[in-house]
Amino acid sequence: MPETRRSPTAPPRSFVWTRRVVLTLLTVFTGLPIYVMVTSSLKPLREVAGEFRWIPHGLTVRPYVDIWRTIPLGRYFANSLIVAGTATACSVVVALFAAYAVSRYRFRGRRAFTVSVLATQMFPGILFLLPLFLLFVNIGNTTGVMLYGSRTGLILTYLTFSLPFSIWMLVGYFDSIPRDLDQAAMVDGCGPVGALFRVVIPAAVPGIVAVAIYAFMTAWSEVLFASVMTDDRTRTVSVGLQSYATLNDVYWNQVMAASLVVSVPVVAGFLLLQRYLVAGLTAGAVK
Amino acid sequence: MTTTTTPSGVRRDGPGSAPPPRRRRFRLPDRIRRGGLPYLFLLPALLLELLVHIGPMLVGILMSFKELTQFYIRDWGRAPWVGLDNFRLTVDVNAPVGAALLRSFAVTCAFTVLAVGLSWLLGAAAAILTQDSFRGRGWLRALFLTPYALPAYASVIVWAFMFQHDNGLVNHVVHDQLGLTGQRPFWLIGDNSFVALVTVSVWRTWPFAFLILTAGLQNIPRDLYEASAIDGAGVWRQIRAITLPSLAPINQVLVLVLFLWTFNDFNVPYVLFGKSAPEAGDLIAVHIYQSSFVTWNFGTGSAMSVLLLLFLLLVTAVYLPVTAKWRGRDA
Repeated sequence: MPETRRSPTAPPRSFVWTRRVVLTLLTVFTGLPIYVMVTSSLKPLREVAGEFRWIPHGLTVRPYVDIWRTIPLGRYFANSLIVAGTATACSVVVALFAAYAVSRYRFRGRRAFTVSVLATQMFPGILFLLPLFLLFVNIGNTTGVMLYGSRTGLILTYLTFSLPFSIWMLVGYFDSIPRDLDQAAMVDGCGPVGALFRVVIPAAVPGIVAVAIYAFMTAWSEVLFASVMTDDRTRTVSVGLQSYATLNDVYWNQVMAASLVVSVPVVAGFLLLQRYLVAGLTAGAVK
Repeated sequence: MTTTTTPSGVRRDGPGSAPPPRRRRFRLPDRIRRGGLPYLFLLPALLLELLVHIGPMLVGILMSFKELTQFYIRDWGRAPWVGLDNFRLTVDVNAPVGAALLRSFAVTCAFTVLAVGLSWLLGAAAAILTQDSFRGRGWLRALFLTPYALPAYASVIVWAFMFQHDNGLVNHVVHDQLGLTGQRPFWLIGDNSFVALVTVSVWRTWPFAFLILTAGLQNIPRDLYEASAIDGAGVWRQIRAITLPSLAPINQVLVLVLFLWTFNDFNVPYVLFGKSAPEAGDLIAVHIYQSSFVTWNFGTGSAMSVLLLLFLLLVTAVYLPVTAKWRGRDA
């Protein structure tokens, strides 16, 4: 069933043709690099290093075996899973409480908080990359808690990166849930936290899923901070991928194979859950 | 009873950071306990923002007033204060540093306008054209959203592969198959690199516009379309009179967000061009990164970042009231 139909009658031919042409062009534009990525990852190195061919001649799955040996991709993969997973979980919890406060309470500094949190989106990453790095090093020197080069430091960083959008989106979502519901729960003897967990959170599942997807994607593909804040032990996949290109040769087929392997978790998750993202945005942020 | 949990390791104050804004206030007029509760809920988010965003940003601003070269990097607190010298150096357009920054700034402006405009156009067209359901719409949506979900490095490196001079797909099509050019053009060096940059950026960005606008379209009440159809309005008329005006509030935020992200973009140029960006593709984020880490002069780099931040603040401060006024007039 269509959500909103423009008119009950069939659309005119001009519209149908425009739609066909425009959507076909967009499909080609969007699909081309994906096609190239998939086919190149299945070509032998000699073919991928030579003249471009639309249809691969010799198909091989070798690159998918080799990628794990050329660089320690498995370790990078595990690091990314730990970092992105933890950052997502923490980010969602922190954002839930913050959004609940902003949505359900009127307190001094409420507006200042929301505005300044959104303003952080404006900061050029390059402005606080170096200070953050020095800060982590200094904290390590004075307290012995090693944030630089550790997964914890990266988790803290990413968790904060996704906070502004998450809070903003959840506030919109919570605002669309009638207050009477949590007030009724409080009358029944729940505290504010009980009302949050028993009433508000269950009603906001699409919004929460959307926020979680966003947080995970942000953490999974970040490059700039990860390249400065990690060492070989804690490197994440998005940075690790670059190692295929810094060796003497560029193993293009392995680069493509590894890119695909690294992309699969986020793309699959995103496509499976995208309707939550659309629903979450519809109910919350874009109202 | 549940207590709020703060993630471990968070309760460390940023160095030299401002005092935490407003602790619990037990003397607020209404119910004493309730007064502090929202602050308690906000505390983890506040601490994190202070540690990762606000604190480092303040430190970055401080650095821009120091002569922070490699000699002082171990102990940056010792670096001598130089007042506005770093800023003077970066805005002096007659000297090499300032001239290069100005050129990079101009390139970034042109790039941002083009990339944001095209991304919005493609996103809006696709969202409006997929508003009614038809066979295959679900698949199409999934395909369109895929570039948004792909990790930055993966999606840019495949474009770098396609833009190769000798064996790339783009030259294979443009030169070998269509014969449009006498010689194989270079895409990743020289003036063409600007075209390459815009293409890749639009490819990565338009799905986000599509996503947001698709969500926005679902909030337009069906009755509007039905009522206008009864009045005899065709599809094109409806798009102009109902769909586009209804999207105005979303567009206001969407365009701003796209602008900020695109202007600050680091990933696309960095992965596409590697360490040395060609002049035509020298975006400001990479330019600042290079000037900091190549010359090891972080004071100048910080001054450039601060100027960039001021510029973005200024644009936002002008943009929001102006667009709000337009919307007010149209409504």
